[in-house]
Amino acid sequence: MSENKTDYILRVEDIHKTYGDAEVLKGVSFNVRKGDTIVFIGPSGTGKSTLLRCINQLTVPDSGRVWLHDEEVTNSGKKINRFRQKIGMVFQNFYLFDHLTAIKNVEIALIKVKGMSPEAAREKALYELRQVGMEDFADHYPAELSGGQAQRVSIARALAMEPDVILFDEPTSALDPELTREVLEVMRKLALEGMTMLVVTHEMGFARSVATEIVFMESGVIQEIGTPAEVFGDGGGFERIRSFMGKIGDLSGD
Amino acid sequence: MDETAQFIDFCINILFPALADGLMITVLLVLITAPFGIAFGVLLAVGRVYGKSYGNWICRLFVGFVKGCPLMLLLFILYFGLPTVPYVGVTFDAFTASIIGFICCNSAYNSEYVRGAIISVKEGQLIAASALGMTKRQAIMYIVLPQALRRAIPGLSNEFIYLIKYSSLAYMITLVELTGAGKIVFTKYFEPGVFFVVGIVYLALVTVTTVGANALEKKYAVPGTQKR
Amino acid sequence: MDLFSVVAEWFPYLVEGILVTVGLVASALIIGACLGLPMAIGQVYGSRPLKYVIGLYVWFFRGLPVLVLLFMFYFTIFPLLNLDLDAFFVGATVLGLRGAAYQSQIFRGAIQSISEGQMTAARSLGMSRAAAIRTIIIPQAVRIALPGWSNEYPNILTDSAICYAIGVAELLTRTSQIVTQTYITMPIYILCALMFIMLNFAGMRVIAYLEKRVAIPGFSGGGQAGIV
Ligand SMILES: Nc1ncnc2c1ncn2[C@@H]1O[C@H](COP(=O)(O)OP(=O)(O)OP(=O)(O)O)[C@@H](O)[C@H]1O
Ligand SMILES: [Mg+2]
Repeated sequence: MSENKTDYILRVEDIHKTYGDAEVLKGVSFNVRKGDTIVFIGPSGTGKSTLLRCINQLTVPDSGRVWLHDEEVTNSGKKINRFRQKIGMVFQNFYLFDHLTAIKNVEIALIKVKGMSPEAAREKALYELRQVGMEDFADHYPAELSGGQAQRVSIARALAMEPDVILFDEPTSALDPELTREVLEVMRKLALEGMTMLVVTHEMGFARSVATEIVFMESGVIQEIGTPAEVFGDGGGFERIRSFMGKIGDLSGD
Repeated sequence: MDETAQFIDFCINILFPALADGLMITVLLVLITAPFGIAFGVLLAVGRVYGKSYGNWICRLFVGFVKGCPLMLLLFILYFGLPTVPYVGVTFDAFTASIIGFICCNSAYNSEYVRGAIISVKEGQLIAASALGMTKRQAIMYIVLPQALRRAIPGLSNEFIYLIKYSSLAYMITLVELTGAGKIVFTKYFEPGVFFVVGIVYLALVTVTTVGANALEKKYAVPGTQKR
Repeated sequence: MDLFSVVAEWFPYLVEGILVTVGLVASALIIGACLGLPMAIGQVYGSRPLKYVIGLYVWFFRGLPVLVLLFMFYFTIFPLLNLDLDAFFVGATVLGLRGAAYQSQIFRGAIQSISEGQMTAARSLGMSRAAAIRTIIIPQAVRIALPGWSNEYPNILTDSAICYAIGVAELLTRTSQIVTQTYITMPIYILCALMFIMLNFAGMRVIAYLEKRVAIPGFSGGGQAGIV
């Protein structure tokens, strides 16, 4: 109760979002500590993607606030691009820049947004590609990469900006099981190295072994929050998470 | 046989020198117009896709007018019309008037191709750019346009070939380019072969350009994304 | 000089010019379609030499400026054939022959976009190849090709003004005559431009109407036809 606000790296306060007559987010709040890996699960269409996009303002929420450290991300006007450098994002469909090679995809924001010299950017990009095991594919174009490879490059692209937190929106949903594993491996490594991550995923194995907290969302609100030990343990509660996991467990066979 | 020899003689001594001078002008017209036509075409396209109120409307009106009005009339307006306007009237020489007219025409049509290409760039590209902290301007400059321009190459080279052909209209406002040079020789000598020789020169220009354009298209294709 | 009374006096003369322009464009489109469709069929289903000849025709007519074609036919080809044709017929013929080259490519694309299965199914019913082309392929191809006309029509409309160069009494020619007679320049040019833009708009409406008329529910064939 007496927690200092500054313990948290990211704070999300009462986010509301409505599209037309559909209220997609009905007041979502949570806090993230440095090094946390928060996994979001929930049925389709409950606003998980919308929530992540509200955090870096790709979608502007109707009300509510987002704080990174002590600075407000919402209502920050032109400064939003500074925050977006500090909040990385990885997408379900990778969104690699189609006209640039893998390494150029990682370099471009370093040069154009951060103002790095091309040499320094190249070195940094190579380093990050090595982190995700993609240095051998540096000169390949996106269309010449498998889905898993493309996703690892997009993770390198986010990492290169040295963000305080990375948002992952179903990073493996477009991938075959084999490719899913290689991407999850990279994410697991990041978590162990202390990266702060918000991950929307249906990969329960990942949630169980990596998450610091599992958040279950439904109908635009957070229904349940718990640590993996609580959620997967024998204790009571968490009926909704468990029944949901039962349903997708049947599908994924995890 | 005699006639053939005579025709060859005519070509070497009279027709070719005249056509060479005209060809010079045609090539100059095309080479000066093209870069401006592409630059303004891109600006018009960006204005039409991303522009707000005024800019957007000006770009649309301009493209609509230029596409709906015959190029020859546009040239007449620039060459014969503008000098007669009270107070603001400007007088251009035929070469300048032609260049201005061609740039208007070329950029209006180019903008259609570039606009189509910009629209076809997937939304995710802009989203990813924003997520990295790029401003809208940066995202357009470094992510959208490089992709769009590549896709617009076939259209732009098509327009370049049209430009070679419609540059002949400069003759209608007294500029003696390739077609004009041929016409003048024809009027003087009534030699029926003249327009065929002129035609061969245009066919050569257009064919060489087409081959070049295809090579360019291949060169700038993004690996792995060749047409389905 | 009173602008209004001048315009009122010459207006009927300009309207006649509109009729001539419409006549030019309509003849050119019809000639173009009548030649272009068989040429497209020849290019897809014909023998090798036939394909080659059609390819050559297309290359020739697409490679030359309209102005050069007009001069070539008006001053050389028709006189050599001992045909003393009126400028209007020369203009319509040249625009039509050239239009055929462009239209054949529109139709060819349309035919090639029709799935192989249509031909196979027709043949399996015992139809001859010719009958299958006539009763199955062409009706589909024409519908698919119709949106392509929305590019062809404005092009021919603006190109028709080039017939000024051989003295066809169409809209631009009459506009120039009025300008030299009345010394009123800009307003007359603008009026002429507006008339062309209006013709363009009206023609596009007609094409859109035709598209709707012949649309078959659920058949989109790559075009916009069939959207109910
Ligand atoms: N730009 C938009 N305009 C209108 N409605 C939208 C928009 N984006 C999302 N929605 C709607 O908001 C709701 C929540 O969408 P969201 O993508 O956030 O769900 P999700 O939880 O990520 O689902 P999934 O698991 O399928 O990705 C959906 O009903 C969706 O149709
Ligand atoms: Mg989602």
